[in-house]
Amino acid sequence: MTSLSDSRLTHTWADLRRAGRAGLVPYLTAGFPTIADSRDALRVAASHADVLEVGVPFSDPLADGPTIQASTFKALENGMTLPGTLELIADAAVDTPVVLFSYLNPVMQYGVERLMRDAAELGIAGILLTDLPAGADQTIEEPIQSSSLDLIRLLAPTSDSERIARTVAGAQGFLYLVARLGVTGASAELATGLADQIASVRAATELPLAVGFGISTPEQVRAVAALADGVVVGSALVDVLGRDGVAAADAFLRGLRDALEPVA
Amino acid sequence: MTIALPAETAVAGRFGPYGGRYVPETLVAALDDLASLYDSVRNDASFWGEYECLLRDVVGRPSRLTEAPRFSELAGVRVLLKREDLNHTGAHKINNTIGQALLARRMGKRRIIAETGAGQHGVATATICARFGLECVVYMGAEDVERQALNVYRMKLLGATVIPVTSGTRTLKDATNEALRDWVTNVPTTHYIIGSVVGPDPFPRMVRDFQSVIGRESREQVLERLGHLPTAVVACVGGGSNAMGMFAGFLEDADVALVGVEAAGEGVTTGHHSATLTAGRPGVLHGAMSYLLQDADGQVAPAHSVSAGLDYPGVGPEHSWLRDTGRVRYEAVDDKAALAAFQTFTRLEGIIPALETAHAIAWLAASSGQWQATDAVLLCLSGRGDKDVAHVASILGADA
Repeated sequence: MTSLSDSRLTHTWADLRRAGRAGLVPYLTAGFPTIADSRDALRVAASHADVLEVGVPFSDPLADGPTIQASTFKALENGMTLPGTLELIADAAVDTPVVLFSYLNPVMQYGVERLMRDAAELGIAGILLTDLPAGADQTIEEPIQSSSLDLIRLLAPTSDSERIARTVAGAQGFLYLVARLGVTGASAELATGLADQIASVRAATELPLAVGFGISTPEQVRAVAALADGVVVGSALVDVLGRDGVAAADAFLRGLRDALEPVA
Repeated sequence: MTIALPAETAVAGRFGPYGGRYVPETLVAALDDLASLYDSVRNDASFWGEYECLLRDVVGRPSRLTEAPRFSELAGVRVLLKREDLNHTGAHKINNTIGQALLARRMGKRRIIAETGAGQHGVATATICARFGLECVVYMGAEDVERQALNVYRMKLLGATVIPVTSGTRTLKDATNEALRDWVTNVPTTHYIIGSVVGPDPFPRMVRDFQSVIGRESREQVLERLGHLPTAVVACVGGGSNAMGMFAGFLEDADVALVGVEAAGEGVTTGHHSATLTAGRPGVLHGAMSYLLQDADGQVAPAHSVSAGLDYPGVGPEHSWLRDTGRVRYEAVDDKAALAAFQTFTRLEGIIPALETAHAIAWLAASSGQWQATDAVLLCLSGRGDKDVAHVASILGADA
């Protein structure tokens, strides 16, 4: 298992802590809206991001809301695959640490150990598997945990103290806190109870906490940044990218990133 | 306990390597709660007493065992029909929805969601929700909404909200995705009544137990009728709940051949079929590891079958295990043969079978020559075909 001190993500979070601000963690679906624009969008996003999540498209995205579902189906139409996602990441050649965000089946079919080797060669920092909760399958979790990639874990509002303890035990890099019940997607208001949820996770681990699901505006980013170490923005970004293109995504992310500057 | 449930074949939620719980973290707590409730209920005589009472008074069980003399002549073997088509709502699905609705009531959950393909599970869920006064939301692929208009109207009559699902392939697989999305969003108040032996643990073993009444009754009825066990037991397999419930009664009878019949659609080599166990390979979909129709990249392949209830690219994990161990033999029958069997069987026996069931009938119809004079085959007549009449007429022409 990767120790806390030597992973690439650990250094990123330590740097952020020293800088006194929360990290921006944008999510993009690989291969959306086109393969070329997707590569450009990754570069633009990396210029604002502290950690970059790259989604591997899957035919049955059951944890995702309409925006990311639609981006996924478009990416699949464009011929995007898991090997294609790796190529895209290699092609984009960004310096920001990249976390692969995937459903389990494409990873299983590629081969977990093979993916760990290939992703490590590309310098990919971590992997998050939406449908692999802690303890679900040791034969998959163990090879990831013992690889150079961090195994990023999700925690939900329904995770009780027992689940939190079990999840943080094998978690690496940072924890992704799902801020509300439901699927991914922008929402007008932040979930109530987020502060309590964060407090109960903090009591169980020293790992940095990134919060996602439903965050779409600079105001929401600022509010979450006051509580968490990182702020994930997915659907809202994918929406802007799909509707208005790469330049608009650039401007959108700049606005979010500005919201994270420490108040002088 | 009033009834003898099948011996548990799952170990820690798995059948060999299959099954498990591959779900978003949000659902883990609900599945833990459901599994621990079910583990306590499994030995709770009062629960099964209430369940049996409802099966008798609401469903009309035990369902009959019927000889099929004219079809037997065609098949070249004595065929006995287990008449799940005679159940209230017209199929085996209600055996499961009653059990799960009782569990929902114990959990204090007043909102029920379900996915449905052919609409039989949706109707069975809506029926028990009406009876128990529970809110009911059914997700159904937009394509199936068109194919199964009669069942859509039945669900609405019963007070359910039917939500057509337009994403992905617009069939059962996508309806299941949408039901899971609803469940992730509303899990504190909502129970998801999965309609087959699929999904994350504990669903596959729970649904098998609720359907095992089919095998239990059949075994007793056949023994009483014949004085011995059947040579073979045949059932159709989509997700596989009628087959699993039926097979559960005979798994330990090593001399009884078990045959599951999948949908070969336009043919297993055409890419347009639902023959998961015949042509798929292991993968993860809808919370469980099992055989799966998929491409080289692990994208789930669209399934096809003339029968909406078999039009699913996955299959229950226990079937995957029974395939690998060789205890059950899985065969595939194409659309054309199923449609022909639908017509032939109706004329020979005066029973209109569901198109799903017609696949098992077609396999049996083509099996003559492999039987001996004293053999007898038990066929699970999983549902009635009234729901399919308009669809079949549109394919074959109104002159039948």
